[in-house]
Amino acid sequence: MKEGLTLTVNGQPYELYIKPKTLLVEVLRDHLGLTGAKRGCNSSSCGACTVILNGMAVKSCSVLALQADGGEVLTAEGLAVGNKLHPLQEAFLDHGAYQCGFCTSGMLMSSKALLDENPSPTREQIKEGIDGNICRCTGYNSIIRALTAVVNGEYKEAK
Amino acid sequence: MIRDFKYLAPKTLKEALTLLDKYGEDCKVIGGGQSLLILMKQGLVAPEYLISIKGISELDYIESDAKEGLRIGALTTHRAIEKSPVIQNGFRVLAEMETRLASIQTRNWGTIGGNLCHGDPAGDPAPILMVLGATLKMAGLNGERAMPVEDFFLDYFETALEPGELFTGIQVPVPPPHTGSAYTKFNVIESDLATVGVAVSITLDASGGVCRDVRIALGAAAPTPIRARQAEEVLKGKKITDELLGEAGQIASTEAEPVSDIYASEEYRRELVKILVKRVGKEALAGAMQA
Repeated sequence: MKEGLTLTVNGQPYELYIKPKTLLVEVLRDHLGLTGAKRGCNSSSCGACTVILNGMAVKSCSVLALQADGGEVLTAEGLAVGNKLHPLQEAFLDHGAYQCGFCTSGMLMSSKALLDENPSPTREQIKEGIDGNICRCTGYNSIIRALTAVVNGEYKEAK
Repeated sequence: MIRDFKYLAPKTLKEALTLLDKYGEDCKVIGGGQSLLILMKQGLVAPEYLISIKGISELDYIESDAKEGLRIGALTTHRAIEKSPVIQNGFRVLAEMETRLASIQTRNWGTIGGNLCHGDPAGDPAPILMVLGATLKMAGLNGERAMPVEDFFLDYFETALEPGELFTGIQVPVPPPHTGSAYTKFNVIESDLATVGVAVSITLDASGGVCRDVRIALGAAAPTPIRARQAEEVLKGKKITDELLGEAGQIASTEAEPVSDIYASEEYRRELVKILVKRVGKEALAGAMQA
């Protein structure tokens, strides 16, 4: 009863056999061992499971994996290149944009999706860009500061 | 816990309708699944066959012309509607409604058709589509049919879709001159469902003084999205003033049949209807005066 699923994740091609009821977050965490995406609420409310699918931020707990067949997924694990952190990750570290870290993977992916679409968002647009991601610890200001720093070009690399 | 099911992914509308006809009550349709998967995780929906229609590209379109107005395919994502230049230029209120719908991630994958077929009275699209006079289209193996939004919603999470039928698209007529429309909702947290949602469309006469036509729709205020027809009568044929809008809001709050739940009491929802009808009415009126 399992179905075949082909998926490119962080640039790596995978061929899997999964039960049709499998969610994208389960493929990433349980089948591929990429535990960055977190299953925070299971009800599509918190965004801790956010990944980028075919260039779009999605809540992986609310995507049936088979619907992503043939697609490309980017997770938090795919942001760094070797030992070099992504500018967003550097900025998050510098600005203390995380405490427990549970929302952070999802927050990074929503941030990347935002900047991919709009490299120069206003403060208001930054807030809108992450409004699908809940953080219990930081109060969001440090996250916004980190994003603002990236937008202002303080982290030289291409976003 | 989602229960096991057999998965089918038709590529055309015809293929999908054939499968629906074949499997009847044993199947359920999934678009983006942004509403359905929540129900399936809770065990409330557990079909033997799940038919994914996300791949039916012929149902993913946004088109507009001066004669037929706006046509949106059932599988168009909310985000596509939100970002569409065609909609932002000609039917801006729909793009504005979409910016209030859930969150970006949900809008990227969820479809307008899925939202409407879910039949949640708190949904955002239904009230605004209602006041825009939209027609909803559906198809079965035996042919197509269409109906106004008002006729589509029967009860909580129950629509007029017959077994074997698929919702195929929306048609929104070109608004008459001097028409303004607006939508807002009150919610506790941004990206939440509406505690109460209100949409208003006002058409003024050529002189811009008198209201020729008005539609008021309420979301999350009854078992289905509803028109507040008595409130509309207060405004029709009159010169609209703040006072009159207030009166319309008061009448609308009595037409509503809201529930009490963890977000708000029935009384609070009625109060929200009263205030939002006036507020949204003012916005629609301002739009009509400029149009």
